[in-house]
Amino acid sequence: MASLSVCQPQCGGFSFENSKRNALLEAEFTKLGHSLPAARKTGTTICGVVFKDGVVLGADTRATEGMIVADKNCSKIHYISPNIYCCGAGTAADTEMTTQIISSNLELHALSTGRPSRVATANRMLKQMLFRYQGYIGAALVLGGVDSAGPHLYSIYPHGSTDKLPYVTMGSGSLAAMAVFEDRYKQDMEEGEAKQLVRDAIAAGIFNDLGSGSNIDLCVITKNNIDYIRPHDKANKKGVRSGSYKYKRGTTGVLTKNIIPLDLELVEEVVQTMDTS
Amino acid sequence: MPLSSEPSWLNCEVSTGTTIMAVEFEGGVVIGSDSRVSAGQSVVNRVMNKLSRLHDNVYCALSGSAADAQAVADIVDYQLDLHSIAMGRLPLVRSAANMVKDISYKYKEELVAHLIVAGWDKRCGGQVFGTLGGLLIRQPFAVGGSGSTYIYGYVDATYRPGMSKEDCLQFTTNALSLAMGRDGSSGGVVYLVSITEKGTEEKVVLGNNLPQFFDDETQLV
Repeated sequence: MASLSVCQPQCGGFSFENSKRNALLEAEFTKLGHSLPAARKTGTTICGVVFKDGVVLGADTRATEGMIVADKNCSKIHYISPNIYCCGAGTAADTEMTTQIISSNLELHALSTGRPSRVATANRMLKQMLFRYQGYIGAALVLGGVDSAGPHLYSIYPHGSTDKLPYVTMGSGSLAAMAVFEDRYKQDMEEGEAKQLVRDAIAAGIFNDLGSGSNIDLCVITKNNIDYIRPHDKANKKGVRSGSYKYKRGTTGVLTKNIIPLDLELVEEVVQTMDTS
Repeated sequence: MPLSSEPSWLNCEVSTGTTIMAVEFEGGVVIGSDSRVSAGQSVVNRVMNKLSRLHDNVYCALSGSAADAQAVADIVDYQLDLHSIAMGRLPLVRSAANMVKDISYKYKEELVAHLIVAGWDKRCGGQVFGTLGGLLIRQPFAVGGSGSTYIYGYVDATYRPGMSKEDCLQFTTNALSLAMGRDGSSGGVVYLVSITEKGTEEKVVLGNNLPQFFDDETQLV
């Protein structure tokens, strides 16, 4: 519970302990002619917004393995059903498999009911599965779609809680993206406006969060149409090298050449015919 | 300095920090909650309605871990639906509370959630039940959640038996506002539901309409 202690410094917020040390190091480095290493990124920014005719889902495209970018252009918007898509943050394998399992079960369910799937059904299935695994499946999802009851958007957390909201963000860049939403979200936006808003929210995550990067993918879901726009915005294009750095033949001078033939003895020869019939 | 390099709210469990409250009056109950859901230091939903419908005449208020509370409420919603269809009538509030209690007690070690169950039925009128820790206790009023600790004094001093519905609504709104003012994990808007023989009425009190109490900032001109 809460305890009042005046003398202890706060644990939250920014810690400037290392600023002096960093300043000294930077001075040392520049003296030697090098620059400090750039910050590495991990994480994700995903978000969704409900507009007049449907929902827009957005995601960045970087997948990381610890400190390394494993995939510069991975797809984080997963198919659930023809009218429902799901963005996934957290452990990539967990989000991939969870969405595939629920997509499969939902298709069977739809065949059984004889009706197109509802977003609430997908939400129920996802939350019940994640709760069963008590948070060990690290999947944080933004689920959106349009069904017979209109457009719907849910955020689903790894422990199994869900929120039904007009705009949601998840992942390490969620705070940056939410800042954009809280500023500019309006009810009943047009499709163009909504796409721009989602694009800007993901861009905020990519550029301001030490967490996300690369391109912006969008998925616009309306009653009769899905627009899977990949990529919508190549926010981080690979730069063009300004010069050629190849060394010409002869740059390195050859001083001596010494060829030593290896004396190998053939011990055994086995021929295995391949059956190509 | 944080222990892990990741911000705490990335892997923190989502909790409805919360203040919830329910009050009985002659002919029904009033049940109310704040609307803040937090994951570590971050607010992930500032407008969550923590008053979950278990049946037309029974509602419950959620507190503790969001996932646990939602799961329990969903299960009891389902069980109560079957039960009332089997009995051919509206369920008793005590039945609903009993179902919540059974789950809360059986999974006492695993769950971190407290649900206050309140409603109206023909047999005993308005009733409020607490199920903290897996007990079942009928109370004239109940408060719960992290913010409730700040208002025990207020509710004990203010409650009197024989209040009207309007008195109860005001009492609940005041108590929740006070708690939201002091508890970091509670905030947003106030959701109220009143349940009587005639049915249920849902109300939302938005931030600018909340009752104003002593606040360090407002005192200085």
